[in-house]
Amino acid sequence: MADFGRDPWWLVLGKIVFAFAFGLLATLLGVWFERRVVGYMQVRPGPNQVGPFGLLQTLADGLKMAFKEDILPKAADKVVYFFAPTISVICAVTALSVVPFGPMVSIFGHHTPLQVTDVPVAVLLLLACSSMGVYGIVLGGWASGSTYPLLGGLRSSAQMISYEVAMGLSIVAVFMTAGTMSTSGIVAAQGDATRLTIFGTEIPAPGWYAILLLPSFIIFFIATVGETNRAPFDLPEAESELVAGFMTEYSSLKFALFMLSEYVAMVTMSAVTTTLFLGGWRAPWPITIWEGANSGWWPMLWFFGKVIALVFVFVWLRGTLPRLRYDQFMRLGWKVLLPINLVWILVLSGLRSIEDWDTRGKVIAVGIPAGLLLIATLFWPSRRPQPKPTTQEQVDNRPYGSFPLPPMDLQVPPSPRITRVVAEREPANIVAGSDSREV
Amino acid sequence: MTTSTVLAAAGSVSTGEAVTFWILAPLALFGGIGMVAARNAVHSALWLVLTMLCLGVFYVLQAGPFIGMVQIIVYTGAIMMLFLFVLMLVGRDSTDSLIETLRGQRVAAIVLGLGFAGLVGTGLYQALDQTSTVGLAQVNAEGNVQGIARLLFTKYVFAFELTSALLITAAVGAMVLAHVERRKQDKVDQVSTMKARFAPGNYPGPKPGPGVFATSSSVATPARLPDGRLTDRSTPAILPQRELTAEETSLKGTDK
Repeated sequence: MADFGRDPWWLVLGKIVFAFAFGLLATLLGVWFERRVVGYMQVRPGPNQVGPFGLLQTLADGLKMAFKEDILPKAADKVVYFFAPTISVICAVTALSVVPFGPMVSIFGHHTPLQVTDVPVAVLLLLACSSMGVYGIVLGGWASGSTYPLLGGLRSSAQMISYEVAMGLSIVAVFMTAGTMSTSGIVAAQGDATRLTIFGTEIPAPGWYAILLLPSFIIFFIATVGETNRAPFDLPEAESELVAGFMTEYSSLKFALFMLSEYVAMVTMSAVTTTLFLGGWRAPWPITIWEGANSGWWPMLWFFGKVIALVFVFVWLRGTLPRLRYDQFMRLGWKVLLPINLVWILVLSGLRSIEDWDTRGKVIAVGIPAGLLLIATLFWPSRRPQPKPTTQEQVDNRPYGSFPLPPMDLQVPPSPRITRVVAEREPANIVAGSDSREV
Repeated sequence: MTTSTVLAAAGSVSTGEAVTFWILAPLALFGGIGMVAARNAVHSALWLVLTMLCLGVFYVLQAGPFIGMVQIIVYTGAIMMLFLFVLMLVGRDSTDSLIETLRGQRVAAIVLGLGFAGLVGTGLYQALDQTSTVGLAQVNAEGNVQGIARLLFTKYVFAFELTSALLITAAVGAMVLAHVERRKQDKVDQVSTMKARFAPGNYPGPKPGPGVFATSSSVATPARLPDGRLTDRSTPAILPQRELTAEETSLKGTDK
């Protein structure tokens, strides 16, 4: 904390430009990354035409979007309609200012941390940014003056407020363990590894809060997905129900800004998760054997590696899970994540008040089982399926006067379309056959 | 200790603080005036958001980063969002009417408001002009957050708990008002809904529109089902179901 606020103005400017460029570049590459990964999961190539490996596809799309017609709906509230996307982008980018990219480095003779700034309440600043980001979506939905966007906006306001509660509570556990709210302080607190002695052998205890505070980590990540409106929690957009939700009426650059804010928010949230739970820029275990892993410019590499891994998880979730129904989603937030979080915080504070036990040891001893229990609860089938009557029994039990049913052993005749396709293809086959016969 | 803490603790107003103040103070004032003057309720709420954001930054400037951030998260992020939620449902065309119910009310309100603002402003200026901050460094010595936590959980713990009890009472009250008692057997899942829909005696198709195949286009005229029966599902519940008699539908002889 004492290292901040001493940089010359050009260094501060450079850091700000770097954080901003990081957000934009991450969007450019993130969209490409997502489309390629989802393509791989769906056994298709994905964008591969523009540039090497299709890397410039997003750039081409962005240019095309900028030259499209900017449509302003007649019923739109013009000023608010214009400001909504900018609010989204500003909030998403501002959050990057307190994310530590690396430790102290030397830039042109100045020793400075690789972080724009840090304040004692840096994590609260992140929460404030995400809560202000809701305004972009809600106002965009309202100002469009149309039904689907309004529904998307209402959904998003309820969704983001609900998941912010779960998110804030999981950060509470981090505050309690780290004893600080500054991001660089939290990264530092995850670094001082104590040594555990188990059965006579001394092993370095993990310092990552993802391991120490496993339940908080799981809940935080779920809430993060809800907060960034990503699948399976993309209810504000919900292409199949609300067309595109809050951004239905948006086009051209304003639409591009919404897309930008979504991807910047995804990267920002990954960076925040890395900082709070995955040790920030600190090297993961096997690399820490090398002494210089946590100094100089190397940590930036570990940081970006972790962020990319988390972005991959986001994409993976999108490629795997179907969208939740709205009531299921709200139930998960208020009736599952919130109570579990409260109980876990209570347990954690109880553990911390036990005197004669190493803090880290007891947190590991309870946190990991609690996390595993949480995972088991989340994936536990809700109730045992009752034995179903067979189809014949169901048919027999239908009351008198029910709708007529076709016979159960009905053979479906082949579709007439299939025979037509075969008939159309036949001439080609005959020609090929006659050729081969001649040879 | 942040730069802002240093800024405020110095006693005199530093350049950074002054610049921020003179940029944000007019904005905050502008937001306040805009909130009162805006005719659209949502615009009003947005002006208030602007004022609240400026206030949050002022708190940070005054060496209270925690309260500043909480102001932004809780008031701007959550409470104003709930306001917006309700306002958006009201509909975007609902603007206030500018008809004065009391004659001269607006002028009187403006004059009195300006007078009150002048009184409070001069009073505060006279009282606090030569005052310098005392003890700011001591209370923020171990960190702003820790200082607030110490006060909240020692000196002001009773007031704090009382406030939380009040809030919980309000929340429970809201829940009681919104709660609908539902017994377990009343809950229907999708499968049983479908079974009930296709059970004999229930018409599974969509509701026919009022007046379909009817003798009149009135809303009160029930529609006919495909089998010729009248269905009362097509008319609103408050209207009695009736079909016009032959006498009523025949020409009244008024168009001679």
